[in-house]
Amino acid sequence: MEMDKLGVVTTFIHNIVVYNIPLLYGTVGEIMVEKSGSLNLGVEGIMAVGAIFGYIVGCYANSLGIGILTAFLMGALCGLLFAALTVSLQANQNITGLTLTTFGLGVYFFVGNGVKAVSWPVMNDYENIKNGFADLTIPGLSQIPVLGRGLFDHNIMVYLGVVIALVMWWYLSRSAPGLRLRAVGENPGAADSVGVNVKRYKYIHICVGCGIMGIGGYYMGLNMSGSFNSSCWINGYGWIAVALVIFANWNPALAVLGTFVFGFFNTLRVSGSSLAAAFPEGLGWLAAVPTQLYQALPFLITAIVLVVSSIRQKGSGQPAALGLNYFREER
Amino acid sequence: MKKKILALVMAAAMTLGLTACGGGDSSSAGSAASTGSQSAGSASNVSASDFKVGAIYINKKSDTAGYTYAHHTGITKAMEALGMDVDKQLFIVDEVPEDDTQVGAAVDTLVGEGCNIIFGISFGYLNEMEVKAEEYPDVIFSHATGFKSNETNYNNYFGRIYQARYLAGLAAGLKSLETGNNNIGYVSAYDTEYAETCSGINGFTLGVQAVNPEATVYVKELGAWADEVNEYAFAEELINSYGCGIVAQHCDSAQPQLAAEKAGVFGCGYNSDMTADAPKAHLTAPVWNWDVYYKHAIETAMSCESADQFVTAMEGPAYYGGLNEGMVDVSPLSDNCAAGTQDAIDQVKALIGSGEWDVFSGVKLNVTVADGKASVEKVDAPLMTNDGTEIVVAGGTSVEDSVITGSMNYLVEGVKNA
Repeated sequence: MEMDKLGVVTTFIHNIVVYNIPLLYGTVGEIMVEKSGSLNLGVEGIMAVGAIFGYIVGCYANSLGIGILTAFLMGALCGLLFAALTVSLQANQNITGLTLTTFGLGVYFFVGNGVKAVSWPVMNDYENIKNGFADLTIPGLSQIPVLGRGLFDHNIMVYLGVVIALVMWWYLSRSAPGLRLRAVGENPGAADSVGVNVKRYKYIHICVGCGIMGIGGYYMGLNMSGSFNSSCWINGYGWIAVALVIFANWNPALAVLGTFVFGFFNTLRVSGSSLAAAFPEGLGWLAAVPTQLYQALPFLITAIVLVVSSIRQKGSGQPAALGLNYFREER
Repeated sequence: MKKKILALVMAAAMTLGLTACGGGDSSSAGSAASTGSQSAGSASNVSASDFKVGAIYINKKSDTAGYTYAHHTGITKAMEALGMDVDKQLFIVDEVPEDDTQVGAAVDTLVGEGCNIIFGISFGYLNEMEVKAEEYPDVIFSHATGFKSNETNYNNYFGRIYQARYLAGLAAGLKSLETGNNNIGYVSAYDTEYAETCSGINGFTLGVQAVNPEATVYVKELGAWADEVNEYAFAEELINSYGCGIVAQHCDSAQPQLAAEKAGVFGCGYNSDMTADAPKAHLTAPVWNWDVYYKHAIETAMSCESADQFVTAMEGPAYYGGLNEGMVDVSPLSDNCAAGTQDAIDQVKALIGSGEWDVFSGVKLNVTVADGKASVEKVDAPLMTNDGTEIVVAGGTSVEDSVITGSMNYLVEGVKNA
């Protein structure tokens, strides 16, 4: 069969974006949390909680906006729990984060199975959700050959994710509260001494960051047409997001790039053989790569990124006080 | 230094994350320990109200779809049909991974509850169940999808799902003739690694080619039994890049059908009727009726004087039910099917049911439909693989059951890897 070469490439680029944007939400949310000096390993669980509540409430309200808001609020609620435990009660951040993952996935299945036992909302029955999540073509830009349909013909939450990332970049690097937040993450004692309310800064940014993760989870649910089965919608993306934070060097703008680089490898699994069939001379070897290697690729890349970033010493954006609880009396 | 520790913690956390999704609900494991334990029961002539059934599941018993759900539904349906009390007579250990120690512990728990028969539903349970069958000769062990057994109290069971796939293939083939698109996609958990997936792909393709010899089935291998995100993506890829107008599947969720629905093409689901998930796309799905086996097995077990008679009473160590027994079937055809599909399926079903013909043989069916009426013609033709090897000579007898369930590792003519 003669393959439509340009079509295959366009689909490949389109897929890189559409399947990996949840990583961007997770990463940007985690960057905000980590910039406050808190290491939250609960991304996977928080995304799951945001997803299940966002989806169910969004469907019942028949409004994508309410779904996004619910996902954000439920994510933020998880953040509040994390903050209460680690900021106020000084619990170990790693353990709390891991616990939150287990807890979040438990909530996901508990709520999901509970609702499904009664009546599961089917996305296609809710016009506003279905149409709200449909592709929105950006006039002009989408006419660019190959790249146009690949990058500028997506659902509104793709654009929202990129906008959030860019706003976050501006907030962290240009705005006064953002700079104060970074001070909290670098040296909470110093920030405290100049009158920054460390606790409040930590609480607010942990909650907002976790809320953003929640929206990412909701995206994953919608992208799978909200069909609820025995595996979780988040599917390990939360963990990759934790690693992408390091890849992006704690910079939300770089996170956009990181998401697409990562997405490239993630999507090879889906499109590798099509690319091989469309370009047998140049890319034919892609078809010979075993499925299992494609499956492992995102995690292999993650491991490599972690090793490289732990060797690299200069110019790291990692907050100096990351992972350390701040206790005023010990200052 | 701190950063290195951090990196290590993250790497460890990610490894955990690989398995985190599978084990969300930790509250339900070991749920069998609800009533007081009794000494190991013997199967000998226990009345229906005293008979205890044990089950070991790979996923959660509370699942609302998928493999474990299908078996759980089958067992409860069979028990209800036999007038048994599921709450009191069914004991379950769920979320048991394919690990000998854990399977052994699950068996011990169920024997401790006094179970007379223990079903294990996942392939990897086969070795430990063999060991335990010897340790507990008074208990019957029955294992799904495997190939191990003994001569007394341990059998295995499976179904001729390839027959149902052939019927679904007929529906897909007729639809491809109607739309004029000869490219058919197939999202498969695995391809040639497992005889189960391999025979499924082959059965489906032979069904397609019986009506449309021009059609090609493009198989895209997931490399996992369940991976919802990619099930959707793979189906989309088959539709967009390979131009497939029909998407069939061997994976748990309805994601490929949802992708077909969204793209405005057609599809054949699997495991359950997926018409409700994709009302405009779905044609029909090969389905399992596990309750057929469970009812038969429990009934037979209750009639045995002692556990060691079970295999004899089941007429052999391997139960392999097909269309004829009602163990497999296709779901009711949706309105999306081409005219004459029902008639074609009915006629082929009758041929298989009578034992006159089976899918993997040296006889091919040519099915043609005119004015909504199907006519089926038998032609001697060799069974060929897609790399040109002859498996069965023209007119030859069917491939043996042990090959279909155990060693089939070739794809038939008309299949292409995508």
